[in-house]
Order: sequence, then C-alpha cells, then structure tokens
Amino acid sequence: MSNLAVNAADRERLLAAYPEVFHRSFMQRWGLVIAAVAVTVYLAFCFSFFKVIPTFVNGNWDRAAIYLQDWYSWRAQPRLRFQNGQVMPQWTSRRQYPEGAAIDWLRPTSNGGYTVLFGGENRLEVTPSQVDVYIDGKLYPVAIKGDRAVLPAGAPARMVQDDNKVNIRFGFAGQAEIRNSQVYVQRRFLGWANFFFDTQSPFWGRSVTSVAGLMLFGERLDPAQSNASLALDNFLNNGSWQHGDILSKLMQTLVMAFVGTLFATFIAFPLAFVAARNITTSRPVNWGMKRFFDFLRSIDMLIWALFFTRAFGPGPLPGIAAIFFTDTGALGKVYSEALENVDDKQREGVKSVGAAPVIVQRYGVVPQVLPIFISQSLYFWESNTRSATAIGAVGAGGIGLKLLESMKTNADWDKVAYMVLLILLVVFVFDNLSNALRSRVMGKKGH
Amino acid sequence: MAHMAEPAQFSGLQESSRTILDHYQSQVRTRRIYTVVSIVVFLIVLGASLDFANEANSGKFFERLPYFFDFLKSFVPNSPLEIFRAMFDLPSPYSDGSIKFDYTSDRVWITDSFYIPNFFYQLAITINIAIVSTILGATGAFLLCFFASTNLVGAGLTRWVVRRVMEILRAFPEIVVAGLLAAILSIGPIAAIIAVSVHTIGALGKLFFEVVENADMKPDEGLQAAGASWLERVRFAILPQVLPNFVSYTLLRTEINVRASTIIGAVGGGGIGEVFSLSIGRDHAAKTYAIIILLLVTVICVDQFSAWLRRRLIGKQSFEFGRGAA
Repeated sequence: MSNLAVNAADRERLLAAYPEVFHRSFMQRWGLVIAAVAVTVYLAFCFSFFKVIPTFVNGNWDRAAIYLQDWYSWRAQPRLRFQNGQVMPQWTSRRQYPEGAAIDWLRPTSNGGYTVLFGGENRLEVTPSQVDVYIDGKLYPVAIKGDRAVLPAGAPARMVQDDNKVNIRFGFAGQAEIRNSQVYVQRRFLGWANFFFDTQSPFWGRSVTSVAGLMLFGERLDPAQSNASLALDNFLNNGSWQHGDILSKLMQTLVMAFVGTLFATFIAFPLAFVAARNITTSRPVNWGMKRFFDFLRSIDMLIWALFFTRAFGPGPLPGIAAIFFTDTGALGKVYSEALENVDDKQREGVKSVGAAPVIVQRYGVVPQVLPIFISQSLYFWESNTRSATAIGAVGAGGIGLKLLESMKTNADWDKVAYMVLLILLVVFVFDNLSNALRSRVMGKKGH
Repeated sequence: MAHMAEPAQFSGLQESSRTILDHYQSQVRTRRIYTVVSIVVFLIVLGASLDFANEANSGKFFERLPYFFDFLKSFVPNSPLEIFRAMFDLPSPYSDGSIKFDYTSDRVWITDSFYIPNFFYQLAITINIAIVSTILGATGAFLLCFFASTNLVGAGLTRWVVRRVMEILRAFPEIVVAGLLAAILSIGPIAAIIAVSVHTIGALGKLFFEVVENADMKPDEGLQAAGASWLERVRFAILPQVLPNFVSYTLLRTEINVRASTIIGAVGGGGIGEVFSLSIGRDHAAKTYAIIILLLVTVICVDQFSAWLRRRLIGKQSFEFGRGAA
C-alpha cells in the first residue's frame, strides 16, 4: 500500500480548500444520531402506551397455532358418544364426510366400539368402558369410571388429566379428549377438504380422472343436464367453500375499482381544464376548483365509503361512490398539474389558423397530456384494486366484507387463505396488465 | 376504387399523390373502425359492470336515491354548536339521557381536573399507529431494499426472493393480517400497527430499491477499487445518495398510513376510525361531523407538513412521484 500520510502544509491547504468537508454544521454531524435517539425514545414511549408486552403475554398463542394450521390443513371433528353400551359417532355441522361413508381412519370394531388411527403406531380403541390409547405402539388403557376418565399410571407427557377428562395430543395429526360420556376426536390432514365438491355432490370422493371421465363420456348422473354442467353447478354451489359466492364477491371488488376509477377519470378530465391556470384564465375559478379537488381528496375514502353505505346499503355501489369521490379529487389535482406543464407552442399553432377554443384544446393540448392522463388513471386503477378490499371490509361489500365475515367465525381460516390467494392472484394480474398498458401508452422509457 | 363525395381540392392530383392520399384515407378508416369498436366494447363492459354492481347491492341505486336525501336530512345536527360540543366533550343542552347527546362521559381524564376530549384522544391513537408503523415498515424496507437491487447483489436468487417477498407483503390484504392478529391478541391497536407495518415494508421496499438501482455507481467503483467491503460500499457510496429520497418517500408513506390506520380502525383496530364507524352507523349527526372535521384537518395538516419537509429535503423533485406505491 502507498503511504497516504499528509504533511502539515497539505493539511492546511486541504482544510482551506474543502471547508464543507471538515467544518460541518452541528446538525450535519449529529443530526442522524439525534434523530435515531428521538425515534428510539418515541418507540419506547409507544411501546408502553400501546401496552405491547401485556398484549403479547395475554395473547392466545395456543389458538394461534391452530388458526395458522387451519390455513393449509383441515380437521375432522367427530364426537364418539357412548350410548347404550355402543359408540356412536356424531359430526359437527361442518362435516366433511357424507352419511355412512367408509372412513379409513375411523373404523367400527366388531364389539360396537371404534378404532381411530392417528398415523404411525398411534391409535385409539374406543369402547364405552375403556379407551385403549396406543402411543408409538405402547398401550395406555384409560378407564372410564362413573363420572370421570382416569389417566393410567406411567402415561407419557402427551397424555394429561384435566379435571374429569383425559387429553391426548398427537401433534399435527390431531388430538383427543376422553370424557365419561364421549371421546372428542380432532384429526388433522394436510390440504383443503372437499375443495371441489361437497358431500352432497355425486362427484364427491372421486379422483380427478374419474370426474373427467364422467364429464366427458359418462352416463348422465342427472337426466336434466349434462355431467359437465352438473359438475360446474356443484362446484360453484359447494356448501362449505361457496366458490360461486366468493367469485361473485371478488368480481364486485374488481367492478368497484374499475367503475370508480373510470368515472373519476371522466369527471376529473373536464374539471382539470377548469382548474389549470394556463387554460382557464380566471384565477378565482382556478382556485375554487383546486380547493374543491383538495376537499374531495382530503375526506378519506373511509368516510365516503361509510357515508354511502349508510345511504345505499352494503354492496358495490357505495364502494364505487367512495372511490369515485376520492379519486376525482386526486386525479383532478394530478391532471391539472400536467395541464399546467404543457408546451404552449402547439396551442398557439392551432389558434393561429383560427380554430375555435374547443378545437384548440382538442388538437393543441389533449395529444400532449393524454398519455400522462391514461398512465395516471392506470396507476389509480391498480392501487384501487387493492384498496377496494379494505373499503369493502368497512361495509361496502365485495370480497373485503366476505373476508371479515369469515375471519369473525374463527373457524374458516382455510376459506380466508383461499380468498387471500385469489386476491394475490388478481392483484398480480392487474399489476402486470396495468404495467403493460402503461408502457404501451407512455413508451418504454416513460415508466 | 370510386372516391365518393371527394372534396374539390383533391381533384386533379397526380398519380403518386393519389396513391398517398388513398393510403392515408384507408388508414384513417381503419383507425376509426378500431376506435368505434373499442368504444362499443368499452361501453358494453361498463354497462355490464354497472348492472352487476346494482344487482349485487343490497339497495338498488334508483330505489334508494330518494332515501339518500332523507338520510342527509336526518343528518343535520340540532345546532352548529353541537358539533363543537361533541368535539370537545362539553355537555349538550339537548341531552335526553341517550348516548346520542352524551358527550361528557367519554372524556379521557389525565389528572383529576384535566381531560382530553375523546375524539382527540382517539385521533392521537390513530396518528401514533400510523407513525409507529411507518417507522417499523421503513426500517424493514431499508434493511431489505439493498438485497433487491441489481447493482448491489446482481441478478441472483437473493434478489429474486427478496423482491417476491416484498410483492407478497404489498399485496397481502391488510385486513387479513389485522383480523388474524385480532383473533390472537384480542382487538386493539397492536394488530393495526403490525398490519400497516407489513404493508409498508412491501410498498416502501419497492420504492427504495428502485432508488438504489438508479444511484450513481461511480462512488461505489471508487470504494471497490480501494478495497471496501460490501457493507462499507453501501454505507459510504450508496447511502448518502439515496437517503434524501428514502426520507421523502417515508414521509409520503406517513400520509398514506394515516389514512390506512383510520380504515383498519374502522374494521376493529381502535382509534378514530372505530369511533367514526360507530357514530355514523348510529345516526349521531353532531359526533359524525365533529370527527369528519377533525379527520379533514388532520389529513390536510399531515399532507402540508410532509410536503413542506420534503421540499426542504430534496427540493422540487419530491413532487414528481407517481402514486404507484399506494
């Protein structure tokens, strides 16, 4: 390495030549540190103000794991009730199997009991007097005595006596709760149950090839319609997944963004000419129109949405109105700024040949600003496709409201995951669509 | 080909000019056909959309329109002063025991004799949610953005993964994050903070790495030649160039986040949004107007303040952003 030492004369010369490097102001030297300290102090204050630690400590973390697993897996939850010395399975309302289906992990035994398989060497042998729990092939008999189930001696930590019940955890595969009157089984499987056809459908439980074969060559299952249309009908009206409803709600959200942005564009377009200083020469009119835009823009989309929901009832109409009102303001502002930056020569040219005022704008101004206008509107369309979801949740309908309803039940997280996937897909498609349109309108260099 | 209704000035043209004219006119015709067809398709799509929206709505547009004005009429406060009283939690002369005119019981007492009016308190919560989540989101975006830019990490796997992560964070609906956290942590501002932060990481991350990619690479080359490590290059070559833009984008994001946290609040995240959605749902005219005024003033103030700060930081350039990040 070369020697970079500087002698005293050089030092003086450098100090004199570059004062801005060596004598920086107090803010330049310490500004970043002061800002960092201020931000840290502020965050610490908010940390205690929003009670972060108590909230996290009191969180239902065991439920969190279940909710997250529900995103990508499903549980069957039969209750095996003890009735007259027999074991009778009873299903919740959201049953995943049709009446009398043969279930490979839940088999009746010859003595009126049931065997529940949890994968590997784990299983339960349920009879009304005793439940034999096999964990890794080892037997732990749980006796049912009077009003309680009794944990056997030497049971592993997965089995816990909880008051009158015995709880057994099998990890992801599920859990069981043995009581004196029933065994409550939760069995978890990867994937989404009955995603295509519900248990009412004749296509339920068939493989892909068998469904395809039926649709193409099979005998009509319903004499009134072809198998393909029956399958589509069954798919859309799937009782547990409600594809038809979800898709129509998604469509509503898209329509909200599309129509709202479009109307805002149509209205903002002429109004921007009024607001632009170089086109309408009256200052009070310019000022008034610009404040009008500010007013529309500053009233939050939320306020407009709630306001119109109150007036028209939930649905896409308030969503359209909310987007329309906010974006008329925002687009009006952007448009009028673009108009104020146009090149005057083209207008003068058209004016000089004696064209009427409207023609001057049409041929002297519009060709210059149209690409910018379209590009901005596409930006807004793209971002509204996202914000329409949030607006919908407030009450304006669409997929947002559907999401909120599904989340409130705390049992439909798989459906939430499905809707999120649909939204991600739609946002992705629309981003690319609007990008492609924009680069066509603006030319590759524009954006 | 016959030229029907040909204008007089086109007669007597030479053969070559005639060809050019024909060609021009046929192009104009094609273009007009395209224009007409696209307008027709466009109108059909628009009409279908409107019809669909109207059908899907619980109240139909033209049926509900007359009631719209009824609704407005029922939304006139008893006197303009009522708005003022609702805003500052002062007792109302119209008080009849119902919560519609009960402004005083919501006061947030700081000491025994000093209180903050409820709406101001809720507004402070919303603004703080927005600021905290902007800080958290900007920090996350700052840490991620350097790994997403081609000029710093090349076109490898890291860049691809980081960009996709940002995209997903950006497009993931905020209300789902908020709803999931509300189910775990119980409803409150923390769910809103995390939801808005997550979205901010994605949105700011994209803008940040675009700024980094447009940075001048000469300082970086200099440092590289002097044997600087990757971190040193980022710190001394890239950061000084991009920091003003980062700060500016972050300020812009603060404006957006104030709105976003209001909306999340209305869905159950606490703050002014929740209070607003309750009061408009219950027809509490004075309270509703008080909140609208507060929100309007807040949004204008935040916009103006951030515009002023941005102008000071990087000058006029700060106003030439698209809205793409929203």
